[in-house]
Amino acid sequence: MGVWIMAGVTFREAARKKMLWMALAAGGGFLILFGTGLHFQAKDFAAHGMSPVLRREISFTMVTMGLYAVDLLAVVMTILTSIDTVSGEIASGTIQAIATKPVPRWQLLLGKWLGFCGMLTGYIAIMVGGVNTVTYVIAGVTARHLARGLSLMWMESIVLLSVTFAFATYFSALTTGVLTLGLHGLAFLGGWIEQFGAITQTSRAVNVGIIASILMPSEALWRRAAFEMQSPLANVMRISPFSTLSVPSLAMVFYALLYLAIALIVAVRRFSQRDL
Amino acid sequence: MTRSSDFAIRTRGLRKLFSGKVAVRNLTLDVPRGEVFGFLGPNGAGKSTSVKMLLGLVFPTSGDAEILGRPVGDVTTRRRIGFLPEHFRFYDWLTPAELLKLHGRLYGMSRARLRERVPVLLDLVGLTPHRDKHLRDFSKGMLQRIGLAQALLNEPDLIFLDEPTSGLDPVGRRLVRDIIKAQRDRGASVLLNSHLLGEVEVTCNRVAFIRDGEVVETRQLDDNDEVQTTVSIRAAKVTPEIVGGLARWSRSVRTEEERLTLSVSSGAAVPEIVRHLVANGAEIYEVTPQRLSLEERFLEIVGSDGGL
Repeated sequence: MGVWIMAGVTFREAARKKMLWMALAAGGGFLILFGTGLHFQAKDFAAHGMSPVLRREISFTMVTMGLYAVDLLAVVMTILTSIDTVSGEIASGTIQAIATKPVPRWQLLLGKWLGFCGMLTGYIAIMVGGVNTVTYVIAGVTARHLARGLSLMWMESIVLLSVTFAFATYFSALTTGVLTLGLHGLAFLGGWIEQFGAITQTSRAVNVGIIASILMPSEALWRRAAFEMQSPLANVMRISPFSTLSVPSLAMVFYALLYLAIALIVAVRRFSQRDL
Repeated sequence: MTRSSDFAIRTRGLRKLFSGKVAVRNLTLDVPRGEVFGFLGPNGAGKSTSVKMLLGLVFPTSGDAEILGRPVGDVTTRRRIGFLPEHFRFYDWLTPAELLKLHGRLYGMSRARLRERVPVLLDLVGLTPHRDKHLRDFSKGMLQRIGLAQALLNEPDLIFLDEPTSGLDPVGRRLVRDIIKAQRDRGASVLLNSHLLGEVEVTCNRVAFIRDGEVVETRQLDDNDEVQTTVSIRAAKVTPEIVGGLARWSRSVRTEEERLTLSVSSGAAVPEIVRHLVANGAEIYEVTPQRLSLEERFLEIVGSDGGL
């Protein structure tokens, strides 16, 4: 019961503090910009009599580009909105009146986590749905395996959310933000090293990328999502900037799931055992 | 024979270290049910850490504690506890009624009971006219009042009030005193942590002085016979033997011409002292027992530096 009360409060907090609405407004702005660009591009393609196959491939790339921007927004939103919720409430003492209620601490933390999960699920679903709706209406295409891609992008956010929660039970809000963003940056860089390693066929560089993904699998989830959502031709011909030569395996996806669970368990255990 | 369930609070050798530094050295305390108990001490004496340990917010390094006959940290016991933290912070985007409903739901109270209880509490703390404002628009005193209402939501058997009058004007302070008395009258126990000694003196049955994380003295406030008293006596024919005999009641006896001043742990000792003096031939002209005020005793214990 305590879990759902805290989940509801966390969700309502995001809405009342206008975080959710501001994020959606910014997302709406992004969709308008994206749609406008796509609209003019489609018009020019038609005027130049471009071949339908090429037109379709470029539209597919535009979908992936839009989703890449959504992924970036979701990552930033996940970290920025959640860094203060645990460490901030501990530092300010807000948690004291809550943690002395007859609700086990694990329920308080899990409830907050679920509240953020709900908010992020809504945000990602709306934004991914928005990009696909825009491209379908204007260019007649949508992402290839949309459900798989959406799930992987969602999972990336939830991995980052869980890591943020775990750090927040040890460190201040600022340190938590720096650590989580730093880890994601490491994974991002590792992903590019892995790609260049694959292009130049340098197995050690590829291994560096894999190690970075083991340290933080968030970027690997996006690369797998991009692989799932792109057109088969783009994946085979490597003609898109989002084509990936070294596709993260399903084992990496399961590893990310395990990573998420461990981060959440660490957060719950630490929160249950620490002084408040 | 007393049982642990007879006590609202019972601690034995409670100790807390923060990074090797002692915050609470050795807290041994018995607070019977139905008592308003004051917790006094200078800044940094370990009062707030002690309260947090009793509430399960801070884990003790060693020692044992029971709340309402159950070990500290027992989740179900918290249904019967109310707590006003020293710096009450909360979700300031809520209205006072929403805050009380949230805390009530965390207590497991039904919606029907909350519908009945919330207006009563808002009325009690004088916030009914402000029920639709957001807490971010509240003054410090108003926040303290809603915090107090939150601590009384579940009609608790034990209430921890950490500096409940900080930020309150005289009317608010009077309200807190009245609420504490009302809680005592309905049989609840209250642990009051306050720097306002006059307030403690008026509301508490008993106080504990804490210094360096240890209880250095407990004092009964509602029984004049059990209160430390300074007795001033003007008498003639007081021999050194008579003065020596006073050691039975006091270790500090000062003599100055015909004036004897001694400190006794109980007002009940005064008639015995008078009998001792008369029986040994002293002529008594005046006996004045002076109850040591809480403030004087506090300063005696913590020193003029306030424990800094």
